[in-house]
Amino acid sequence: MVEVVDRSTDLSQPLDKLGPDETLKANSDYLRGNIAHDLLDRITGGVTFESNKLMKFHGIYQQDDRDIRDERRRQKLEPALTFMVRVRLPGGVCMPEQWLKIDELARTHGGNTIRLTTRQTFQFHWVLKEEIKPTIQGLHDALLDTIAACGDDARGVMATADPLDSEVDREIAELAKKLSDHVIPRMRAYHEIWYGKERIASSEEEEPLYGATYLPRKFKIAFVVPPSNDVDVYTQDLGFIAIVGAGDVEGFNVTIGGGMGRTDNEPRTYPRLANVIGFIPKERLLETADAIISVQRDYGNRAERARARFKYTIDDKGLDFIKAEIERRLGAPLEPARPFELTSNGDQLGWRETDRGLFNFGLFIQNGRVSDLPGRSIMEGLRAIAEIHKGQFRLTPNQNLIIAGIPAEEKPRIEALLEEHGLSDSAQSSLRSNSIACVALPTCPLAMAEAERYLPDLLTKIEAILAANGLLKDPITIRMSGCPNGCSRPYVAEVALTGRAPGKYNLYLGGGFHGERLNRLFAENIAEDRILAILSEQLSAYARNRSPGERFGDFFNRTVDQAAAA
Amino acid sequence: MTVQLPVNEGALSLEQWELVEGLAKTLTPEQARWISGYFAGLDAGLLRSGGNEIAPLQAPQGRTLTILYGTETGNSRDLAKALAANAGQRGLSPKVSDLADYKVRSLKDEQDLLFVVSTYGEGDPPQPSVAFFEFLEGPRAPQLKGVRYSVLALGDSTYEFYCEAGKRIDKRMEELGATRLGPRVECDIDYDDPAASWSEKLIELLAAEADSNAQFLKGEAQGGQSRKGLSLVRTAPVHDKKNPFPATVLENIRIVGRHSTKETRHVELDLGGSGLAYQPGDSLGIVPANDAGVVEELLVAAGIADDVEVTVKKSSVSLASALTSRFEITTATPRFIEQWAKLSGASELQELTRADAAAERVRFLEKHHVVDIVRRFPVGGLDADSLLAGLRPLQPRLYSLASSRAAVGDEAHITVSPVRYELHGTPRGGVASTQIADRLEMGDVVPVYIQENPHFRLPADDVPIIMVGPGTGVAPFRAFLQEREVRAAAGQSWLFFGERNFRSDFLYQAEWQQWLKDGILSRLDVAFSRDAAEKVYVQHRMLEQSRDLYAWLEEGAHLYVCGDEKAMAHDVHDALIQVIGREGDLSWEEAEDYLRRLSADHRYQKDVY
Repeated sequence: MVEVVDRSTDLSQPLDKLGPDETLKANSDYLRGNIAHDLLDRITGGVTFESNKLMKFHGIYQQDDRDIRDERRRQKLEPALTFMVRVRLPGGVCMPEQWLKIDELARTHGGNTIRLTTRQTFQFHWVLKEEIKPTIQGLHDALLDTIAACGDDARGVMATADPLDSEVDREIAELAKKLSDHVIPRMRAYHEIWYGKERIASSEEEEPLYGATYLPRKFKIAFVVPPSNDVDVYTQDLGFIAIVGAGDVEGFNVTIGGGMGRTDNEPRTYPRLANVIGFIPKERLLETADAIISVQRDYGNRAERARARFKYTIDDKGLDFIKAEIERRLGAPLEPARPFELTSNGDQLGWRETDRGLFNFGLFIQNGRVSDLPGRSIMEGLRAIAEIHKGQFRLTPNQNLIIAGIPAEEKPRIEALLEEHGLSDSAQSSLRSNSIACVALPTCPLAMAEAERYLPDLLTKIEAILAANGLLKDPITIRMSGCPNGCSRPYVAEVALTGRAPGKYNLYLGGGFHGERLNRLFAENIAEDRILAILSEQLSAYARNRSPGERFGDFFNRTVDQAAAA
Repeated sequence: MTVQLPVNEGALSLEQWELVEGLAKTLTPEQARWISGYFAGLDAGLLRSGGNEIAPLQAPQGRTLTILYGTETGNSRDLAKALAANAGQRGLSPKVSDLADYKVRSLKDEQDLLFVVSTYGEGDPPQPSVAFFEFLEGPRAPQLKGVRYSVLALGDSTYEFYCEAGKRIDKRMEELGATRLGPRVECDIDYDDPAASWSEKLIELLAAEADSNAQFLKGEAQGGQSRKGLSLVRTAPVHDKKNPFPATVLENIRIVGRHSTKETRHVELDLGGSGLAYQPGDSLGIVPANDAGVVEELLVAAGIADDVEVTVKKSSVSLASALTSRFEITTATPRFIEQWAKLSGASELQELTRADAAAERVRFLEKHHVVDIVRRFPVGGLDADSLLAGLRPLQPRLYSLASSRAAVGDEAHITVSPVRYELHGTPRGGVASTQIADRLEMGDVVPVYIQENPHFRLPADDVPIIMVGPGTGVAPFRAFLQEREVRAAAGQSWLFFGERNFRSDFLYQAEWQQWLKDGILSRLDVAFSRDAAEKVYVQHRMLEQSRDLYAWLEEGAHLYVCGDEKAMAHDVHDALIQVIGREGDLSWEEAEDYLRRLSADHRYQKDVY
């Protein structure tokens, strides 16, 4: 009854038939490897290649300051090695006391800055090797960890940040946490290495879900509460679209096979939007996740990492086969998907009143960079707010921050603190509030061009074009990535730039406003002057010729297709 | 017993002569020297055993002459070798030996002894000669009645214990009953002239004795061999201290990272076409020039125009030029105090010139550079020659070579940490180190020469080495590993390195890492003193590793220490004694003996400054 599929690249094969990462994982003694030893090595500020790979499963990446890489080489010094430590924060929910701890750790170990990521969590950069342990122990004090924040495993679980229905919000946030706790590696290595726990002899299987080789590649999960699509559910390996009945969540439409990453000049890699494969009642959430993850575990391509994401497994084996396999493991077919409507993948900024008379404030944080700027002391201000705030902080998938659940009587105090720290003004263009850039240079080892450090300046120039065309108030999504891998989810944006070389980008246009359609490559390897010239032409055409209510991405797509048909 | 003197005509039978001639054909130069030493020693022995009577001083019967030198930087060695060459020209057959290599048991058999010995640090003998000093000054030293000697003592008059090592030998030889051939001569760092005059007088004396002795023995005159105006003949390469090679700067880069509290630099120089050769362990001499600003300040303070013509070593140059490249104008010397006391008549300075004021003098000199003295004790109507008369010649600065020619070809690499400090509210700095840091661009030319360092040498390729080199002291060990890499040497190697901060100050970090990976370097232990609350230095790492360290020593490892003497070498030495004591279950004294034996066997070598 199961169709015959090609098993030549999956878990059924011996290790020597698979990629080197598989052997590394298999021989790592469940992610222990030599990490503990490497941490004590005084000769280098880094760890070995192998330990670096394994530490990703622990939520830690070795990086170096690429701005001074060449300078250090000439000085006969090793690169300025530091570590990125990424927190696991299901649903982006952070309590004020946790915020204070994060703030403190950033000041002591993280170069005095916090990065809010596109997956709703915190990243510390510039953490020195000897300070990783104190950082992770500090997080532990705040009931946080970094397990599976990176690595070939189910990464941090996202969830819509700002629903106005508080019951649904509470339930989704709890489920995100529950699912995250359920799917992360059990990883006793983490407790031994970072918390100094004794290794306990046990006959229990260390990784009942994953086994010794974990997943072929990272695996991203998100919950979305329509009509918001802030998490970009179509870009996730596994998505759960909440179907809300009378007052509470009835279940989820399940999406599989989204993913952004691609490699230049490698047509066998591509961004892919997820498929909606059916509906499950919420009681079946965990077993559904297990079934889907295990299908990817068993059938995913482990011979070629560039083709290891779930999206390729689905395309290689066929959606029907994958769906049938999931249903076989669940022991029952999925129900037909229920109707839903998504309208936007942006954030709501400024003040909003929720259903229980509480207030949320959406704070724009350019590219998620929490630091103190002249006239805008984000870090100081948020610390001051965290000291009195009684609700939550919600990190958004667009790298902004919602100060959520403020009672009416507390609102003036929060407003005053926002004012005091230069944070109350959210008058930036709609383009800017809907923009995302990844970290890129100087810390990301993959970056080919600037992103976070460059996008703000580029936006200023694009804003001039928007102003000239009367478009400043029209929301347009623009996203920039320093490389083609797509951490800022560029391929669903209306305007996207992905780095090719310093100062050179590929320009994509025409993504769907709520993430429902991939954009198209419009120009390759171009510099700023060319980017601005193209955008000027396209935006002025949009301003002149759009239909009422038509989004820029939709307009572009329509006119390009018409031109092609003519 | 009949004594057959080889100088006596017909002393050898034809058969004997053929044997000698046949042997001579098979000898390498080293063997020939050894044989000549052997017969010289045998000769002395035969004379002794021939009777107890000592030959009268007026008519010595072919007395042996031994020239002993004690050196770290090679100056005394060069002088001793030149002295020997000149003596040889005058028909004398001296043996020359480093005190470090000299068998102290032979001392009782010596007849005429000439010492050339330098003083280091706080009146210390050259490090490799310490064992000789211990023997000579200890209870086992033999009575040396009948031995004649003279001492040439080298030193630096800016130090309190000037020429102390030479003074100690001179005094002790006298105590042991030896007779002076001539008075001790003390030389400051411009030692050439007094050294030449000391040598000439002694060679004249000994050669004249030998001539009359030969005359007496042969019964006929050999003819006047005496040569007037003897000068020191050097057998040095084309380019040396006197004639440095203008080397082009290929690289001059700060090699400490951002936010470092140091400004250590790596400098690469082109020796192409110089004919200069060096071995790992040698030093590079750099002939520096004073900073124009410092010259200007001194001229202003002295109130003399920069274009006044002065005569230096028989050539006429402007005063500014003389102060730039001929004289030390920062650190002052006792001679300058003396001169300035005379010129200014200042009683404070006159007090300082008293013989019993050495300690005060040193303290004063620490706080007063030349310009400070000139400012504080103004001299009206000062002329250029009076100023120059108190100054000493500008000396080259030595830097341990950080490269192996086998690896870098015609280049010479050095590691330089600029010396900077404040005095009287103004910034001051080391002459050469700040010149390198501030005024030496790529493509510029700087005069250099090679200073051999025979007491800091790699052992055979298969012998393990332990290297202790914090800070710029790590430089020669980079040369060692470059050399061992090229030679594919099998010996194990272990480096102890220390500095202030790991992330910025780990000198040559990437290279050590690569050598570790390639197995050229077997072990590396590092100590960074300012990364944690508690300061950690190399000696702490050595103590942590005491078991292995001792095991390496027991397996025959050679031990090298390079770097700052005051701040490091003493602590490292004490740590070694502790390691040896702890692991070898020895008392402090026994452990010291262990180290002394290592030193005597050339297995514990230091290059400290």
